[in-house]
Amino acid sequence: MTVTSQSTTATRISSFMLMVILVTLALSLVALIFGVSVLDQNSEAAWVLVLVGFLGVATSTYVLFQTRRRLSKLKIVVPPVITTIECKKCGVKDVREFQRGDYMFKELGPCQKCNDKMMITAIYREVKDKEKAKVPV
Amino acid sequence: MNVVPPLIDLQVKVAQLDVSWVLNVLFYVVFIVFIFYGQRIQTYVMLREVEASLYKLKYIKEEGRKIAVETIKEIGKPQADPAVRVDRFMEYFTIGPQGLDPAGIVWKLEHILDVRDVRFKDEVKSMAPAADEIQTNNLENTLEAASALNFIYKVIRHYYLLGKKTLSLYIIMQIQMILPMVMREAEAYASALKAFAYGQPIGDGAGALVAAKLMHGYETRKVAKDCVAATVPFEGRTAFVIKAEGPGGNVGKPGDAIKAVIDENEGRIATVVMIDAALKLEGEELGEVAEGVGAAIGGPGVDQFKIEESLVQYHIPINAVIIKEDIGDAVSPLRKEIFDSMDKVIERVKQVILERTKEGDKVIIAGIGNTIGIGQ
Repeated sequence: MTVTSQSTTATRISSFMLMVILVTLALSLVALIFGVSVLDQNSEAAWVLVLVGFLGVATSTYVLFQTRRRLSKLKIVVPPVITTIECKKCGVKDVREFQRGDYMFKELGPCQKCNDKMMITAIYREVKDKEKAKVPV
Repeated sequence: MNVVPPLIDLQVKVAQLDVSWVLNVLFYVVFIVFIFYGQRIQTYVMLREVEASLYKLKYIKEEGRKIAVETIKEIGKPQADPAVRVDRFMEYFTIGPQGLDPAGIVWKLEHILDVRDVRFKDEVKSMAPAADEIQTNNLENTLEAASALNFIYKVIRHYYLLGKKTLSLYIIMQIQMILPMVMREAEAYASALKAFAYGQPIGDGAGALVAAKLMHGYETRKVAKDCVAATVPFEGRTAFVIKAEGPGGNVGKPGDAIKAVIDENEGRIATVVMIDAALKLEGEELGEVAEGVGAAIGGPGVDQFKIEESLVQYHIPINAVIIKEDIGDAVSPLRKEIFDSMDKVIERVKQVILERTKEGDKVIIAGIGNTIGIGQ
């Protein structure tokens, strides 16, 4: 289950901030284009304009992407929880997703194989390897 | 007439500028600005960082409230919208006892906690009239997690606004420094919300799960409020296995339960083994099992005090087996690594009892923790 709603006020970035980033991006682009267009005059100023324009474009793009990334992080992720149902008599096992009302040692319906009562023997969540932290030392 | 286009004119002017002079001036301006306004800039940067986390906290808090309200509506089938009562619940507070004269403070604290517990349960019951006992406990846990998130958000917001108002670097610095830990805790509570709402076992219930495994199939009896015990033959000894009564979200009163069993047996208990989840240090493996002595129990300290009192009275040795996990794993749905360590814990308890007691002895094995999603 993943809660992905991002329409709340908490997730909205300020429009002023967005405007500043976009204006910086636009000005940097102008400086970059202008600098490139006067490069053939071989003046020092042209190179400075290219440098300033390039840095401006890079920084504003980076900030813009960072803001987007921060927004996409705003969600409560609940990994799937697995329930294992087992027949103690014949050992038949059934693994399914957790359902509300499940609990450890809960007795369920009869086993399809031996008609004995099935029981919940395990409830847990598994975390993928890439999510596990690696200890360097 | 020779008309020079304005763009070319501008190009020529730019080319004529003495760039190194401009850069020099720029350098000195930046240098001087940083001398006088460096701290102010640092303050603003920190404020921005706290603000970003505050947005996240606000989102988590709102989601928590939403989950709590939806769960109450789904399970409790209330007549009216529970949102107002949920908001009121989230603002509840508990005032601890006065500690100027510490004698008897444990009993005062216990009384306040009991009153709080009864009040919370009554509140949940009136919010969700259709909920049964198990669901009421789970709803109470859900609301408590939502309330904790609300509190964290408010405290961080307080320091953020105070820092913004005073522009004091030291106020902002304090909150900015502890922010990573606060965010970890908030994220842990956020994942706990769903677990509590659905009644899933959580990492904190590792001790209760071990006890449940040991007592499963044996007759249980109530020994204290929200606590059950079973008499189990264990390696030639008689083990009194104690845990909180599940599967509702509940920690019970293990202090009272252990005292009751010791008194029933007039103190003739060879050893007490307590099993609980414990916070691991970074770098330690999740689900690692360790052994030691002392009362392995968290909480406000009332139960630990009672256990220690009973043990001292009869000079009963106490051993502890802990399962290591971090705060996030403790309040979120039980992880496979913790579940898999259950057999290792049972093996360790067996080893402790074989080494520390004789055949025919009576022992107490107490599984501590929230028993949500764990029957017996």
